[in-house]
Amino acid sequence: MSGHVFHPGHHELHGITVVLETERALWVGRFDSVTPKGVLLHDAGAYEDGVTPGTREEYLQKTLKFGVRATAKNVIIPEGEVRGMRQLAEAAG
Amino acid sequence: MPYPESLVAPMRAEMTQMGATELRTVADVDAALGSSTGTTLVFVNSVCGCAAGNARPAVQMALRHGVLPERTVTVFAGQDLDAVARARSYFGEYQPSSPSMALLRDGEVVHFVHRHQIEGRSPQTIAADLTKAFDTHCSHSVGA
Repeated sequence: MSGHVFHPGHHELHGITVVLETERALWVGRFDSVTPKGVLLHDAGAYEDGVTPGTREEYLQKTLKFGVRATAKNVIIPEGEVRGMRQLAEAAG
Repeated sequence: MPYPESLVAPMRAEMTQMGATELRTVADVDAALGSSTGTTLVFVNSVCGCAAGNARPAVQMALRHGVLPERTVTVFAGQDLDAVARARSYFGEYQPSSPSMALLRDGEVVHFVHRHQIEGRSPQTIAADLTKAFDTHCSHSVGA
């Protein structure tokens, strides 16, 4: 059973926790797929500029240590708003 | 909604066969973690092959190390919902993810391995992370 994958044929980031940046927010969540409406993330939390206390970097560092404080079970971010996306693990340096 | 038990049974067995005690009820969790002293590794199992497929072998490798936690227990996310929620209540500020691993000493989390630290990593790499934590926080030597 080790190594068994239930989701064959999906995007290479399927199931991976990613950091997705837009102009006004930074989302962290489990990547599912790119749908016609945008990038679908599960169990996602967000840093919103001007709303969330601290900086994006501070939010990221806290997330790396304590995990994703999810505020949305599912969220779709329109592809046109995405400025960049990387694995959360890469943010650890 | 939980997966059929027939599907997850091999994943449960993979953990118990390496010596982990499975906690399936709130009472099981409280009995194991409620007033525990010493060190306990809690493995939050998952059906997700993207990450759990490497996490279980990693725990198995880590449990061959010379220094180990005194107890290894496991709960199954998405299956034993109440037990998992109770186990997570012992994790303090650490957010839920599965699979994940918490090393507790005298009831406090001293090391946590999140799902994002498991994804895409080999069992060997994950095991190395765990054994480093065992060396730092545990004093139970195998055979001692």
